[in-house]
Amino acid sequence: MTAQVQARWTAVCRYDDLIPERGVAALVDGAAVAVFRTHDGQLYALSNLDPFSSASVLSRGIVGDRGGRPTVASPIYKQVFDLTTGICLDDPTVSVPTYPVRLVDGAVEVCSP
Amino acid sequence: MRTVVVVGHGMVGHRLVEALIGRDVRHEWRIVVLAEESRPAYDRVALSSYVDSWDADALALPAVADDRVELRLGDPCAAIDRRRRRVRTASGQRVSYDALVLATGSAPFVPPVPGHDLAGCYVYRTPEDLDAIRAAAKRAMHSTAAGRRSGVVVGGGLLGLEAAYALRQLGLSPHVVELASWLMPMQVDEGGGALLRRFIEGLGVRVYCGNATKAIEEDRGRLLVRLSDGTELDTDVVVFSTGVRPRDQLAREAKLPLGERGGVLVDDGCRTADEHIWAIGECAAVGGRCYGLVAPGYAMAEVVADRLLGGTATFPGADTSTKLKLLGVDVASFGDAHAKVEGALEVIHNDPVAGRYAKLVVSDDARTLLGGVLVGDAELYGTLRALVGAELPADPGALISPSGSELDAGALPAGAQVCSCHGVTVETITSAVHQQGCTTVPALKACTKAGTGCGSCVPMLKKLLAAQGVEQSKALCEHFAHSRAELFQIVAVTRARTFSELVTKHGTGRGCDICKPAVASILASLSGVLNPGSHILDGEQAALQDTNDHFLANLQRNGTYSVVPRVPGGEITPEKLIVLGEVARDFGLYTKITGGQRIDLFGARVEQLPAIWRRLVDAGFESGHAYGKALRTVKSCVGTDWCRYGVQDSVGLAIALELRYRGLRAPHKVKAAVSGCARECAEARSKDFGVIATEKGWNLYVCGNGGFRPRHADLLVSDVDTETLVRTIDRFLMFYVRTADRLQRTAPWLDEMEGGLDHLRDVIVHDSLGICAELDAAIEAHVAGYSDEWRAVLDDPVKLARFTSFVNAPGVPDPTIEFVQERGQPTPAHRRPGQPVVIAGPKLAAVR
Ligand code: SRM
Ligand SMILES: Cc1cc2nc3c(=O)[nH]c(=O)nc-3n(C[C@H](O)[C@H](O)[C@H](O)COP(=O)(O)OP(=O)(O)OC[C@H]3O[C@@H](n4cnc5c(N)ncnc54)[C@H](O)[C@@H]3O)c2cc1C
Ligand code: SF4
Ligand code: FES
Repeated sequence: MTAQVQARWTAVCRYDDLIPERGVAALVDGAAVAVFRTHDGQLYALSNLDPFSSASVLSRGIVGDRGGRPTVASPIYKQVFDLTTGICLDDPTVSVPTYPVRLVDGAVEVCSP
Repeated sequence: MRTVVVVGHGMVGHRLVEALIGRDVRHEWRIVVLAEESRPAYDRVALSSYVDSWDADALALPAVADDRVELRLGDPCAAIDRRRRRVRTASGQRVSYDALVLATGSAPFVPPVPGHDLAGCYVYRTPEDLDAIRAAAKRAMHSTAAGRRSGVVVGGGLLGLEAAYALRQLGLSPHVVELASWLMPMQVDEGGGALLRRFIEGLGVRVYCGNATKAIEEDRGRLLVRLSDGTELDTDVVVFSTGVRPRDQLAREAKLPLGERGGVLVDDGCRTADEHIWAIGECAAVGGRCYGLVAPGYAMAEVVADRLLGGTATFPGADTSTKLKLLGVDVASFGDAHAKVEGALEVIHNDPVAGRYAKLVVSDDARTLLGGVLVGDAELYGTLRALVGAELPADPGALISPSGSELDAGALPAGAQVCSCHGVTVETITSAVHQQGCTTVPALKACTKAGTGCGSCVPMLKKLLAAQGVEQSKALCEHFAHSRAELFQIVAVTRARTFSELVTKHGTGRGCDICKPAVASILASLSGVLNPGSHILDGEQAALQDTNDHFLANLQRNGTYSVVPRVPGGEITPEKLIVLGEVARDFGLYTKITGGQRIDLFGARVEQLPAIWRRLVDAGFESGHAYGKALRTVKSCVGTDWCRYGVQDSVGLAIALELRYRGLRAPHKVKAAVSGCARECAEARSKDFGVIATEKGWNLYVCGNGGFRPRHADLLVSDVDTETLVRTIDRFLMFYVRTADRLQRTAPWLDEMEGGLDHLRDVIVHDSLGICAELDAAIEAHVAGYSDEWRAVLDDPVKLARFTSFVNAPGVPDPTIEFVQERGQPTPAHRRPGQPVVIAGPKLAAVR
């Protein structure tokens, strides 16, 4: 018998609470997640933990783009991460986990694995 | 024991003492040194560095501590009695010798132009000469005569250019007059001289070549120098640097033979016609020829030491090759630099744009290297000099073409460390460029880690890239093709209010962590003019700010923040001190006195910041902008209020200046200080602007820096009253805000400014660009528009709402933040992936 693991979605905030191009941190199943809304209205969620400093801060980085890909720069040592993949563009051997995120009736929901 | 008397304790005389004591193992000799100068031998070659410290002891050569040596200072030798084999000193003492060594050096030659002996005319050979020049420069600064304070150097050789440097350090505008058609005619050829001249002029030194000095006249308290082409130079100081003459008077009077052009004639064993008398150093004419450099003098000293001990050494002839850095410009000349050998060919590579001139002199078959000249880039000197007389390994043209050579990397050797955070050397950077194809700073960061720590080395990385021939664009980042100064002008002219507007019209994409904070800073700098009453966290601006500005606090390594309230001038009442203590205690914060004369409270979690600031603002504190690229502190010393030496109220001025410029956003942080007298307890000369009190008012120094690349500030104006002072600082700051590059402190800004300090002075003191009214208005708008950023946040629920740990759990503190107690205070428990966590002070073991 195989147990079906059910994806769990957690509502973290209202979409309107998010300032475009500025992140917030949310607690999802005990994990700190950085949630971003970009200028075109897209939502992204990554682990909030900066792998370079081990501080829980990625939500406080500057959002922008590099070569058209949406990015956030760690506020500590400024490495840039791709919001879609979590891969560090300055050091592709490093990446942070990404989380599925969706918009339901004006609420932003993050999926915990 | 026999006695050797050494006349002159200069560099060469000293070398003889060292060599003889070191080798005379059987103690055959005692040495009596008769010295004219009142200080023991010092490093004359480094004389120009004296103007940086005014500490003559720093030049001292290591003393020889041995009781066989007797050093008699300040009592020159006056006569030699060859028959009795003894000398007489100026004070009348007589000393008998078995051997006598003349090491009297040379004296500056002053051409007999009318007026050469007027007050204000100097030579350049001893610390005393420099002291006199300095005193004259000071008097000039204080005089009320019209015109720019300046100094004329007669002679454009090596020494003349060094003298020009010294004059510039003293705050005078230097002019150099050279009789030959180009600078340093002894060492370099015409092409090299032309490039050298461009470099030197770029540093603010005026150059007049092919010109004789006809006369010097007194002119209303200043001097007037007339040149042969009719030019008249108003000046305060004249320095002669027109060569030297050997000091051979003693020998002349003792009837010893001299060289044809002077100098004590000696054979290749450095012995005169009298078998008991020797001569070494600049006063000696070996086989008739004098040498004006220290290395041949040292070789002569070694020869005489050997001979006195019974050896047969001979003077090997001298290599007059030189490599030097003059006012930051590399110049080298070696071998037959002027192609005097018959049939010699010259191979020249001249790139005035890159600032590089190289000439090789080769034999008529182009196979043997005979000599050469390098200007602007002397990296190849070591290799080429070693090749003189040898067969060339490659075509001479290829050797000196930029592609074929290792280019000047700011004259740094391969092993030099560029990035101290990650221990990255020049070599690693160059190989990243050549082997891994890194052509941008971000690529270098990814590849070598250089620049990813504190970031201080990033400007150096750019220079290294440039030195490797990689072209650097002025573009701020991939989103804007403009430099920061250009963007500033665009915002000022188009009155753009938002980043979106700017990036849509003038850039591409959505920005990044480089252009966004830069634009945020520009918008903030101009807010007084464009948008009075606005706040850096208003609307879209909030998203542009670095995390420090976004939370109005400094992010620390563990994700907490530090809080630095403003303490203007470092003056604080006991009540306020108590409040700081209470706040720190109540919120569990680590406290430390900073290097900026105020108190930093560390370890605040983001959600604690508003409550902390509520308490601080209620007690009368305001933001200290420790987080912003903005005015930091104006340090003060106690000044006239308490200090027995103070001549002005330095505390009062520091507070007034700090309050005037608080909140002013700039390309980088701005630091200042005010000292109450020349003792300079506030360290004002290491600041972006520093004020030092004088009897008559204030001296203003600008563009100093501590930090990564320390630089002493330059004197901009002296003895001004408070009003003039403040107006000058206003303009200085606004001109910097307008024109500097992103994250460029005032020191590198000035270093890269064309025309340097003189240009800066022209712009903000003499209004040469006609922009002073605008600069003044911008500062007035800033001062009028200032309000405390923290108070504004506390009054605004929307802004306050952002200070939460988690958007869905605002009360829950970040669980990754942990502290340990250290010396009675909380400090971050270091969390590194895979590393042990220290849970207590240094004596306890770490747990995994
Ligand atoms: C707290 C303090 C050290 C202390 O405990 O004394 C300090 C701490 C920091 N310094 Fe500093 N500097 C402090 C005085 C200085 C001084 C001394 C001074 O100001 O008199 C210097 C040398 C003087 C100078 O700047 O010319 C100094 C040269 C630097 C530099 C190198 C700047 C340069 O031009 O090379 C940096 C790096 C930078 O700004 O890029 C830096 C950067 C920093 C930062 C902001 C690094 C960072 O981004 O985290 C540190 C965080 C401060 C915080 O969290 O509150 N700090 N720093 C001092 C705060 C002074 C204040 O009250 O505001
Ligand atoms: C600013 C400057 C920069 C220089 N830069 C360089 C450089 O980059 N490279 C280089 O190779 N050379 C340089 N030189 C030249 C170098 O300093 C001299 O070649 C060197 O000092 C010569 O040493 P010396 O001992 O022969 O003479 P000095 O160092 O001049 O010493 C002679 C000493 O004898 C004393 N004296 C004279 N007459 C008597 C007397 N009758 N009784 C007692 N004492 C007497 C003098 O007071 C003096 O102290 C520079 C010189 C100057 C001034
Ligand atoms: S700089 Fe001068 S006035 Fe100020 S404390 Fe020092 S000695 Fe006193
Ligand atoms: S990052 Fe290179 S010196 Fe700090």
